Amino acid sequence: MADDKHTQPEVDRLTGIATTGHEWDGIKELNTPLPRWWLWTFYVTIVWAIGYMVVYPAIPLISSHTVGLFGYTNRAAVQVELDKLQAQRNAQAAGLADATFEQIKANPDLNRIALARGKAAFGDNCMGCHGAGGMGFVGYPNLADDDWIWGGKPEQIQQTILHGIRWDQNTETRVGNMPAFGRTGMLKRDEIAESVEYVRSLAGLDVEKTANLAKGKEVFAANCASCHGDEGKGNQELGAPSLTDAIWLYGNSRAAMTEGLVNGRAGAMPAWSGRLDAVTIKALTVYVGSLGGGQ
Amino acid sequence: MTNVPATAPRKTSLWAKHKIFETNSIILILGVLIVISIGGLVEIAPLFYLQSTIEKVKGVRPYSPLELAGRAIYVREGCYNCHSQMIRPLRDEVERYGPYSLAAESMYDKPFQWGSKRTGPDLARVGGKYSDEWQLRHLIDPRAVVPQSIMPAYPWLATTDLKYNDIAIDMKVNRLSGVPYTDEMILNAEADLRAQINPEDPGAADVERRYPKAIIRSFAGDPKRVTEADALIAYLQVLGTMVDFKLYDNKANLR
Repeated sequence: MADDKHTQPEVDRLTGIATTGHEWDGIKELNTPLPRWWLWTFYVTIVWAIGYMVVYPAIPLISSHTVGLFGYTNRAAVQVELDKLQAQRNAQAAGLADATFEQIKANPDLNRIALARGKAAFGDNCMGCHGAGGMGFVGYPNLADDDWIWGGKPEQIQQTILHGIRWDQNTETRVGNMPAFGRTGMLKRDEIAESVEYVRSLAGLDVEKTANLAKGKEVFAANCASCHGDEGKGNQELGAPSLTDAIWLYGNSRAAMTEGLVNGRAGAMPAWSGRLDAVTIKALTVYVGSLGGGQ
Repeated sequence: MTNVPATAPRKTSLWAKHKIFETNSIILILGVLIVISIGGLVEIAPLFYLQSTIEKVKGVRPYSPLELAGRAIYVREGCYNCHSQMIRPLRDEVERYGPYSLAAESMYDKPFQWGSKRTGPDLARVGGKYSDEWQLRHLIDPRAVVPQSIMPAYPWLATTDLKYNDIAIDMKVNRLSGVPYTDEMILNAEADLRAQINPEDPGAADVERRYPKAIIRSFAGDPKRVTEADALIAYLQVLGTMVDFKLYDNKANLR
């Protein structure tokens, strides 16, 4: 009887295991139970899930959700972690916040800590432009030499890091533009060529034999000297670099110098005051000053 | 089944009733749908009505047309394959990238670009971290500024004019999915897009008014020509900058 077969499945002779009662063309299916270890693991996960729902935030309600036994939240947890880190740092670098740069320099412990913190922050935030070790790229100043565009005293470096350079979202940013003499028509083509040769002569670079240096000097005095100085020594107040040394932010080829005169230069550096805290910026200042010739 | 005669075998327990599902596909499908919709109701539906899932913060606004176009370039070039935009609430991430990402910061991202694959760094707060000139040079040749970088170069962005005659349509579609673009914004989309790279454009003030704190400057160097690089850099420079974390109260938004 078919019904009997269903309610009382036949037992397979070879294995001693009951069949499910299903049959396809004479082939029957054994009703092998799930492995016990698997089944128990499964039950444990169910129990675990219930426990988890009780302990952690889990179930959405009408206007909020269950918060769990301990009211755990990611955001509170990370805040605790950060506070702990901050406390640890404060203990390590007690006084770094209040110390002047002279005091930091005079105190080897404080100096060491400032350098370590500055180095870590530099790797994450400054290296993208100024390169590993601060060697710079074309257009991004080398920080490991003693040539400073905006000044190399700690206060000046700090000011630059805090407020950036030509960073218009910051009201105290450093401003000073190399005008686009060529594009705006302030200088004619031959005047630009002459001043390039004159500047090359200032820097001790090779000069075209046919160059009219007297004319170049005239153009320089009328247009360039107000920022770069009569002798081309530069002016850190205005971010005008010295044109008399061998350090050239954009290279010392005629093409690079001409481009600067035609289109101007206005490299920008972000202001970091909103992104990094004051102590980190102080440590960065000490680190950057230590790279080359901090003044 | 309640009318089963008393003489019939009484061994059909509740567990045996699954035969109804197994032998009737329509009932099985209905059963599957009911079970799945319970999952959906519990896990997804609450996100739409629970006000606490998106924290209230000031400053988050819809993307300006230029930023929105830049976002499309970001998606087109597959930047999300290597860059996430999601700073998780973990100590080391907050230390490196800044405050952890808030839900509100991507509420106008359709779809969001959170991601989980970080071959490159997270970009959720890259806005303002580098100068435009750096971004441009880095897109043209990443090795020019980061020698150890393995990022591919995208030199065509700087030389390709941005195609933006469909930007208004793009904004309309965004509005359909909940981004509060006004008629005025959509009407002026193309003009706003051009004005954002040119501070001397008479429409620049309107861009600022419609999209508060929008950065208005030439991102890729030429204020008269809108390239794909302009759009992408405008987008990168706004990432993570809309919320002022000096004013943000994280104690009020613990969840």
